[in-house]
Amino acid sequence: MASIVIHDLTLGYDGHPAVHHLSGTFEPGSMTAVVGPNGSGKSTLLKGIIGILRPFTGRIDLGGLQIFRIAYLPQQAEIDRSFPITVRDLVALGLWERIGMFAGMSDELWRKARETLAAVGLEGFERRPISDLSEGQFQRVLFARLLLQDAPVILLDEPFNAMDNRTIADLLQVVNRWHAENRTIIAVLHNYEQVRSYFPRTLLLAREPIAWGDTAEVLTPENLQRAQRMSEAWDETAEACPLGEVC
Amino acid sequence: MSYLWAIFLAPFQDFIFMRHALVACLALALGCGPIGVLLVLRRMSLVGDALSHAVLPGVAVGFLVSGLSLYSMTLGGIVAGLIVALLSGAVSRVTLLREDASFAAMYLVSLALGVLLISWRGSSLDLIHVLFGSILAVDDAALVLVASITTATLLILAIIYRPLIVECFDPGYLRSVSGKGAVIHIVFLVLVVLNLVAGFQALGTLMAVGMMMLPAVSARFWARQVWSTALAAVVIAMLSGYAGLVISYHGNLPSGPSIILTAGLGYAFSVVCGAHGSIYSRYRTAQHLTG
Repeated sequence: MASIVIHDLTLGYDGHPAVHHLSGTFEPGSMTAVVGPNGSGKSTLLKGIIGILRPFTGRIDLGGLQIFRIAYLPQQAEIDRSFPITVRDLVALGLWERIGMFAGMSDELWRKARETLAAVGLEGFERRPISDLSEGQFQRVLFARLLLQDAPVILLDEPFNAMDNRTIADLLQVVNRWHAENRTIIAVLHNYEQVRSYFPRTLLLAREPIAWGDTAEVLTPENLQRAQRMSEAWDETAEACPLGEVC
Repeated sequence: MSYLWAIFLAPFQDFIFMRHALVACLALALGCGPIGVLLVLRRMSLVGDALSHAVLPGVAVGFLVSGLSLYSMTLGGIVAGLIVALLSGAVSRVTLLREDASFAAMYLVSLALGVLLISWRGSSLDLIHVLFGSILAVDDAALVLVASITTATLLILAIIYRPLIVECFDPGYLRSVSGKGAVIHIVFLVLVVLNLVAGFQALGTLMAVGMMMLPAVSARFWARQVWSTALAAVVIAMLSGYAGLVISYHGNLPSGPSIILTAGLGYAFSVVCGAHGSIYSRYRTAQHLTG
């Protein structure tokens, strides 16, 4: 399995860079937390890897991995929760690589979908409409879909935001299982406790990379302070990168 | 018994134009039901409205070229509808205007242009005919056209059903597993335009969209899955078509507005009494909670 190598990457929206000059490697099978103050470019980086945003400069080398083989869980707000669809239909979409646009679902695939739902603690929820689910239950459904995607690389954007503790604990088990199966995991997180206890690698971003390496060496008080100072600095100067200037 | 017969069945037994009109309505319902439901689910209700107006200048050009001819007006309508659909999509992608706003701009211009073109050469009766349709003048050729569009719509929907649904509620996911999202979106817009043009023959450009949207929004109160919502919309549209025709026959009223008003009654009934999310069901749940 190939690694994801970032070469001097700058990307953002509407000509405003949110990530500046990032270089580094996500090793195969590594489990990395991306942390940093609000607006530090964490989600932007994930969108760059999945190909939603094009880099201004630099590039992302997926090492031959097809972009559709990367599983991506965006922040919840992007999904219409009132949509009339059942839990099992949503979860079954995780099998897209097998069924594509047209193929039918065999009994075996339905069984697999059912087992996966059970694995995230939602046995018997198959026929419920998604609008009936609580926040936590819905996130479990999305994790079940990720499980079925069976992807070698998994990107999670604030997967535990506003979740109850029980859900977080269960879903962290799922993430750990992926890690044990040697998948590459990159997760945007806020909670340093979670990062310290579960994620061996950490990337600390504050638009510019502050530190990238083993979690214990990255999450030091000095680094965190530096990240905080940089984020306060942008608040005063609205644009981080004045036109025509190299920064 | 014979009294009921006289009210509900005799008009269709006695007059071939009523049978034609009924068949056209049933066929329209089959195509417009699912399309309308998908428009509502994609939060594109206004886009349907805008596209129905956008068809008008094309129809008007067809009318200028060869009068009230089925084929030239249909072709003109399809071409104009497609141009506006694609242009609006492009404007919203290139500029900061959102898609609904650019559609609104397009349809106001189209409506004005269409009315102007028809008034230039035609009588006000022609204008009424184009705007509100004359379902009672649906001939064999028009029936074949409506049936063909409905058949094509159902076939294409069956083929693109899965990606279309995913594109509706989680476009980001479709993008992450497949690059076909934009193609699906365009195919869908083409289907919307085709069905509006089919509806325009019978109901007129202003009323056609009613057959699409009113049953669809009503159906949301009766079903909780996409296929069942679409089915409910088809049933509601068929009932509205039939009841509207009966009312227009006995009341000597224009058929298009009668049908759409009947659908409107169905909507009001659904809002109040529907099985899911209606005023009645909310009230019932509230009682459960307090009691």
